[in-house]
Amino acid sequence: MLKTQTITVNMGPQHPSTHGVFRMILTLDGETIVDLKPMFGYLHRGIEKMSEGRTYLQAVPLTDRLDYVCSMTNNFAYAVAVEKLAGIEVPERAEYIRVIMAELTRLVNHMMAIGFLFNDLGAFYTPVLYAYRERERHLDLFEMASGSRMMCNYIRPGGVSGDLPEGFLPALQKVIDINKKFVDEVDYFLSKNEIFLIRAVGVGVLPRQEAIRYSVSGPVLRASGVQYDIRKADSYSIYDRFDFDVPVQQEGDVYARYQQRLQEMRQSIRILEQAQKQLPDGPVMAKVAPRLKPPKGESYARIEAPKGELGFYLVSDGSNNPYRFHVRSTSLINLSALREMCIGFKVADVVTILGSIDITLADVDR
Amino acid sequence: MTNEEILAQIREAFPTAVLDVPSDMIDYTIVLAADQLLPVCRFLHDEIGMDYITDVTAVDYPEYFEVVYHLYSISKNQGMLTLKVRLEDKENPAIDSVTPLWPGANLMECEVYDLMGIRFEGHPGLRRIMLWDGFPGHPLRKDFENRTFTFKELEPTRPQPPNW
Repeated sequence: MLKTQTITVNMGPQHPSTHGVFRMILTLDGETIVDLKPMFGYLHRGIEKMSEGRTYLQAVPLTDRLDYVCSMTNNFAYAVAVEKLAGIEVPERAEYIRVIMAELTRLVNHMMAIGFLFNDLGAFYTPVLYAYRERERHLDLFEMASGSRMMCNYIRPGGVSGDLPEGFLPALQKVIDINKKFVDEVDYFLSKNEIFLIRAVGVGVLPRQEAIRYSVSGPVLRASGVQYDIRKADSYSIYDRFDFDVPVQQEGDVYARYQQRLQEMRQSIRILEQAQKQLPDGPVMAKVAPRLKPPKGESYARIEAPKGELGFYLVSDGSNNPYRFHVRSTSLINLSALREMCIGFKVADVVTILGSIDITLADVDR
Repeated sequence: MTNEEILAQIREAFPTAVLDVPSDMIDYTIVLAADQLLPVCRFLHDEIGMDYITDVTAVDYPEYFEVVYHLYSISKNQGMLTLKVRLEDKENPAIDSVTPLWPGANLMECEVYDLMGIRFEGHPGLRRIMLWDGFPGHPLRKDFENRTFTFKELEPTRPQPPNW
């Protein structure tokens, strides 16, 4: 028997494929991975501690910056949590606008996730730029509604900060039509690509039981055969009025996660069409004091963010500031399964698997 | 089964474990005794089928630390149950780790250790994940100042590179 030795390689925080400042210490036997230790914390800004010194309304821009790709859904999750804690009723028009923004964000996120997955595989930047071209149309819509492209600060506890401007609904209709063609185009060009099939099928398999044990959520969970979607299982806002399916894939590999995101994009377009038709008139913000003082208590509320389950655990002691502001972050918990998925595969597969989990370091580190 | 039935089953199996079930909470909460946490969690995992842990977090109150667990069940489609444990010792708070039952709690408990200073006994590899090893103190405690720290203050505490 040859006496062999494992080597330790550092995939350092600066790397083109690590989706942010994320460091992995790999222990390799030849080129096969034996152990993986993820290290993060390079982007820790102390959002939880900062929010304890701010009022509930001042904490909304902090939640924007949690997962900067999907700022609308972060705001949505926080607004749902505060409304559950304080018992605020949201007007109908605001609920529909929130659902429209959340589904537009889901489309943006899945487009970017698919684009960057292909970027990590080596198709340097062509799929990403097609995804970015479509994302620009969504960002124009966000700018029309909220005034800012990415850090929207739009969905606040009690409703939405301002009503939709006049040109919004025709532009939304145009975006929906273009998106339908775009999803079909992505499917046509990328799903049967030979290189992608060789590199993605059977890579990074997460079996169903392990997915539940490692507490993953979102598309990663549904691609492993668990049909659990918070919009259906524990419905919040007005999602019970819409007719949509929850797609699920059985294999749990990188290809399954790509297919899962593609199918979820189609379902999001369905919800958008229904929400746009049913949009009622009315006020967009409830009567909420700017210095909101929820009654003493605590609650945990969660939503189906594009990357998984985003939850906020808020403890209130009756004053202006939250006593405890905890973010149950999607990307951090999805990373628990990274080691399990990567062992036995090669170094090049680690990049693919990390790309398929779709993390944002700002959400991991907070 | 409903949360009340789960409470009845826990009371039957572990008569001394349940300390309190506050009635005015928004989410259904059960306060457990700290030394009985792991047996009750094992019972919930094996018998009742709570197979998904979604959050482990901690809150710093003036008299005690409170570690909060949010659980639910995917296979039985069960709603959310909140478990709480109160740790009176504020100098060296320690509690059993639930990572052997639910491996997803690994990084969550590391984060609680890092930011609150609560040790988890039986955790496979408790380490500071957000902050570095020499960081002075645990930021989320209430006695840690809520202000901006300058580079000059924190630079001496960073791990220094080895002098080759």
